[in-house]
Amino acid sequence: MHPAYSVILFTTSSGAGYGLLFWVSIALMAGDMSHTHWSFFFTFALAVALITVGLLASTFHLGHPERAWRALSQWRSSWLSREGVAALATYLPVGLLGLLSLLKITTGAEPFLALLCALGAVATVWCTGMIYASLRTIKEWNLTLVPVIYLALGAASGGLLMGLMTSILGGQNHWQGAATLLALGVALVLKLVYYRHIDSDDGTYTAAQALGMGTKGIRQIDPPHTRPNYVMREMGYDVARRHALRLRWLGLLCLVAVPLTLISLGILADLPMLLPYLFAVMAAGIGLMLERWLFFAEATHVAMLYYGAPRA
Amino acid sequence: MTCLPEKTGKKLGLVIDLDICVGCHACVTSCKEWNTSGYSAPLSDFDPYGAEPDGAWLNRVHSYEIDNDHWKGTVHFPRSCLHCEDAACVTVCPTGASFKRAEDGIVLVNPDTCIGCKLCSWACPYGAREYDQDDGVMKKCTLCVDRIYNETLPEEDRQPACVRACPTGARAFGDLGDPASAVSQTVEDRGGFNLLEEFGYKPVNKYLPPRKGSDHAPAVPTTPTKTTGAPIEKLFAWADRALSR
Repeated sequence: MHPAYSVILFTTSSGAGYGLLFWVSIALMAGDMSHTHWSFFFTFALAVALITVGLLASTFHLGHPERAWRALSQWRSSWLSREGVAALATYLPVGLLGLLSLLKITTGAEPFLALLCALGAVATVWCTGMIYASLRTIKEWNLTLVPVIYLALGAASGGLLMGLMTSILGGQNHWQGAATLLALGVALVLKLVYYRHIDSDDGTYTAAQALGMGTKGIRQIDPPHTRPNYVMREMGYDVARRHALRLRWLGLLCLVAVPLTLISLGILADLPMLLPYLFAVMAAGIGLMLERWLFFAEATHVAMLYYGAPRA
Repeated sequence: MTCLPEKTGKKLGLVIDLDICVGCHACVTSCKEWNTSGYSAPLSDFDPYGAEPDGAWLNRVHSYEIDNDHWKGTVHFPRSCLHCEDAACVTVCPTGASFKRAEDGIVLVNPDTCIGCKLCSWACPYGAREYDQDDGVMKKCTLCVDRIYNETLPEEDRQPACVRACPTGARAFGDLGDPASAVSQTVEDRGGFNLLEEFGYKPVNKYLPPRKGSDHAPAVPTTPTKTTGAPIEKLFAWADRALSR
């Protein structure tokens, strides 16, 4: 599948934003942060900014971005529509809590609003993952593991940002580092299971099945057009196997190994956490982009059976 | 509404005969000609006379060589939307622009509400939808919905452009939900099948298999066939003897 940069930016940025929203809401509910304190407001604002940048980026690849509001209508059947509804619904408690924080008003409803924010964040990221996982045509995506990985990566990247913001703005957060390390570990295990799974699946369908004529023995001799068409460009994108393997390891190194090492060292050596978190966030950002690029580039589509793919 | 209709009144679709399709692409060009000014208009082209021609087409013809336990030979294979009963391209659509008509089962895209997110093309296992980068919306076979009900056309023209154009009669149009229809009868008689049956999207369009030919190419005869004793044969026999001396 063609890795569109707008979709990579959308899923990574909004994923990290929702992850940060989740952790900052949990911190508020746990009483580790006060919504009247600036450290909460700025952390909260960063989450909203990342989410909003991501959602705006998701409209860049549309043929008609001005019609994007129509995507809220088909939540009964479409995961893309459900994602839009969940994202928009999450803006309600986010907007209220942000306003209360900005004006330093205490109503007593803040923990409840924070709970709604955290639930909205989880629901929206789950819907993002399900957009891909619901497509039976793409075997690398059509897995329950996919939305779970989206959640784990959102929690890990959001957790790193939360740690960075806490180390900049100050504040006590003894459990945050541990939670982030746990999320990174879970993400690593899930990604390794995921790669193992997609490597072992050669595909259920053959070119002959695509033609309805037996199960084997098909060779394309005359293609229908002389240059690649939309279907070939969009669905036929293929990354060299050798490069994919290297990029996987590089991605996991940046996304998990580097942050895990820096933060563990920082905690164990009782260092000031600003620099470890800063470098961890930078490394994880690169790793996340690589991971998401590969998620698209390694995905194969059944329709390519008509264009010479032996299996899919 | 992108939920699928529980039942459609008719199941309009095509039956494509792989036995007699000669791969001439007349259905491809006639489809483009009609639909670039019809319901799906325009079907934009980019650099059509240059080095990298590209554009939105609703029908494509592949040619394959097949060699397995059942079939041997060349297959010309027209590929377009199959108007599936369980059409995932419809249910994934976030806007309701992609829909299946309850009255006749035709799957259409409303060009006025499509946002061009391309998700429907990802959901289609047949690669039947093509994005029009100029128009910014998804394009697909309309089963010539603007011909088949068009009373301003002569009756013989009220069928899809591809069917009308096919010089060998390899394409037929009709109601595949009616077991008594001509198309359903042909499917029954010839063992018509679904593409990617195992996938389970229940395509309405059916394909007819190539008839069984000989498994082997005829060999060149090496020994003379039996003689009839005609005078001309005696002359040849004398010439053969004379030349062999």
